[in-house]
Amino acid sequence: MTVMAFNEALREALHEEMARDESVFVMGEDVITHGGPYKVTDGVAEKFPGRIFETPIAEAGIVGLGVGAAMAGMNPVIEIMYLDFITCAMDEVVNQAAKMRYMTGGQASVPMVVRLPCGVGRLLAAQHSQIMESWFMHVPGLQVVVPSTPADGKGLLKTAIRSPDPVMFFEYKRTYTHKGEVPEGEYLIPFGKADIKREGEDVTVVAIGPMVQKSLEAAVLLEDEGYDIEIVDPRTLSPLDTETICESVRKTGRVVVCGEDSSFAGSVSEIAAMIAESCFSDLKAPVVRVGSPHVPMPFSAELVKHVVPEAANVVSAVNRVMN
Amino acid sequence: MSLTQEKCLKMYTDMWRIRLFEEEANRQTNLGNVVGTLHMYCGEEAVAVGVCANLRDDDYVLGTHRSHGHCIAKGAESDKMMAELFGKATGTCKGKGGSMHVADFSLNMLGANGIVGAGIGPTTGTALASKIRGTDQVSVCFFGDGAAARGTFHEAIAMGSLWQLPVVYVCENNGYQQWVPRKNVAVVDSVADMAGSYSIPGVSVNGQDAIEVYEVIAEAVARARSGGGPSLIEARTYRFYGHSLGDEQQYRTEEEVEERKLNADPINILRDFMTERNWLSSADDDQVQQRAGDEITRAAKFAEESPWPEMGEVGTDVLFDAKEVA
Ligand SMILES: Cc1ncc(C[n+]2csc(CCOP(=O)(O)OP(=O)(O)O)c2C)c(N)n1
Ligand SMILES: [Mg+2]
Repeated sequence: MTVMAFNEALREALHEEMARDESVFVMGEDVITHGGPYKVTDGVAEKFPGRIFETPIAEAGIVGLGVGAAMAGMNPVIEIMYLDFITCAMDEVVNQAAKMRYMTGGQASVPMVVRLPCGVGRLLAAQHSQIMESWFMHVPGLQVVVPSTPADGKGLLKTAIRSPDPVMFFEYKRTYTHKGEVPEGEYLIPFGKADIKREGEDVTVVAIGPMVQKSLEAAVLLEDEGYDIEIVDPRTLSPLDTETICESVRKTGRVVVCGEDSSFAGSVSEIAAMIAESCFSDLKAPVVRVGSPHVPMPFSAELVKHVVPEAANVVSAVNRVMN
Repeated sequence: MSLTQEKCLKMYTDMWRIRLFEEEANRQTNLGNVVGTLHMYCGEEAVAVGVCANLRDDDYVLGTHRSHGHCIAKGAESDKMMAELFGKATGTCKGKGGSMHVADFSLNMLGANGIVGAGIGPTTGTALASKIRGTDQVSVCFFGDGAAARGTFHEAIAMGSLWQLPVVYVCENNGYQQWVPRKNVAVVDSVADMAGSYSIPGVSVNGQDAIEVYEVIAEAVARARSGGGPSLIEARTYRFYGHSLGDEQQYRTEEEVEERKLNADPINILRDFMTERNWLSSADDDQVQQRAGDEITRAAKFAEESPWPEMGEVGTDVLFDAKEVA
């Protein structure tokens, strides 16, 4: 095991995959000169010359080219500087990348990864803090991946690059500096396989992205209150590992689903609905969602603290399902 | 509009107000009072003042992520702007927008913008509104050289030209797009050269020279106001700071920045122009700087003493209160 930060683990995955397969290449804004804002593409230009393209500010073009290159047999790994800008390329993602295989009766394959730094970081307000997981979960033909630790980040990015279909890869800004152990040597993490981040008996907390870490912090506080929580990290939202989630729910009978995004029509909502439908008779209390309120991200630090969910929100949600 | 001593003095004063506003905002960032980030306009002031000196209060302006200068030049109050950067309730946007979203609709300054190239369509739209209503208002869109790569640039300008809308597209070409030199990601050097594709006039000016900007924009504004359609003006300029605060600027040398500061500071260039004509004595100059400095000191004090937004503000302004509609 080596301890590394989330962004370092992603960089390692990228380098390994580029060394393994010559069809993997990188495209995005500032990816050569700066290595991207989070330095994930650092070193690629030196090690793999001719396989990294620093683009103009043209998201629709970037993703459009990615779709074409992918259909022609390449494996583009695209960096959208901040997730918010993917809205400038929605046709390319939704009508092109996602639909190609189906519309062509299985002829087309679009093995493209779109990396999406998302969520709050520095306070940059409404156009630089969004998440939008559920937008892409809603689109058949896309895979939605949300790693919460360096180890998961590495294994999932490698799988994403090898996937024959498009992947929307969410990288939370709150997670980049998160350090953790990463296994030595090559490993892949399958899509659709949730991970139990903490075993417990009383409450199932399904946590997405940075809320895994927040839930682990909450678990410590809740221990003092005598509650033993189990934390399930879906890791991929589409496909979703309903089996592992439901198994945990059947054991505990109580559920909190938490994510950083707005809970209204958000990724947590789909999971909460799925649990309510599949595990109704096992539930001892209604499912509770934790997320941000349905508002744009404000700028003022005084307002942001009422929007972004933290460990305290998980603690109070657990108290709700216990009482 | 002809160039007068008064116009020059206004432009000169506004450049100092912008410069000192930003330097104070930078200082307040170091003190921890301004959070998030700042995209500093210092070095590019001649563009904002040269453009806005041609505009009426009811003309429309839309900006970019680097818009402190556009806002001040259009008349925004520095105290409310500073409060916005602090995230205070008294800010131009009640602390909800911050540096990248300063807006003052009372001045038809319809906002800075966090999305590159996002203002070009809406500015063409305000011009369309003026045309439909039959007013003679002009709309001005500021955008960076990076924005010229976006589809929004092509789509909006094509329509602006098609319908001969009263709009002036002002590209601030500072040679960089975040951390990348323009030449690494663009084949066309001058954005003005792109005007031909839309059959509109395209002119490139020295953006460090407020007088040159003023005169070229005067023509473009007059054309737009009189129904002659859009123009694309490229102002060649330079930012003295990094892309945003904290930028290590590995993509350019310190010598390059120092050389530009020495030889292309827009404040010095306008000062020389005015001094030559005996339009600015050194006592006048001192007074301009003194007043601008006092104003910005008051702005910082206002921001610091202002209240934080109430928690309830999180959920307001998302939509208009529907009860008032139906
Ligand atoms: C659609 C979009 N893509 C990327 C960004 C990130 N970004 C912010 S400013 C910037 C560079 C803009 O360059 P330019 O238009 O030349 O303006 P300048 O910063 O030089 O004033 C980039 C890439 C963004 N805000 N919006
Ligand atoms: Mg630029």
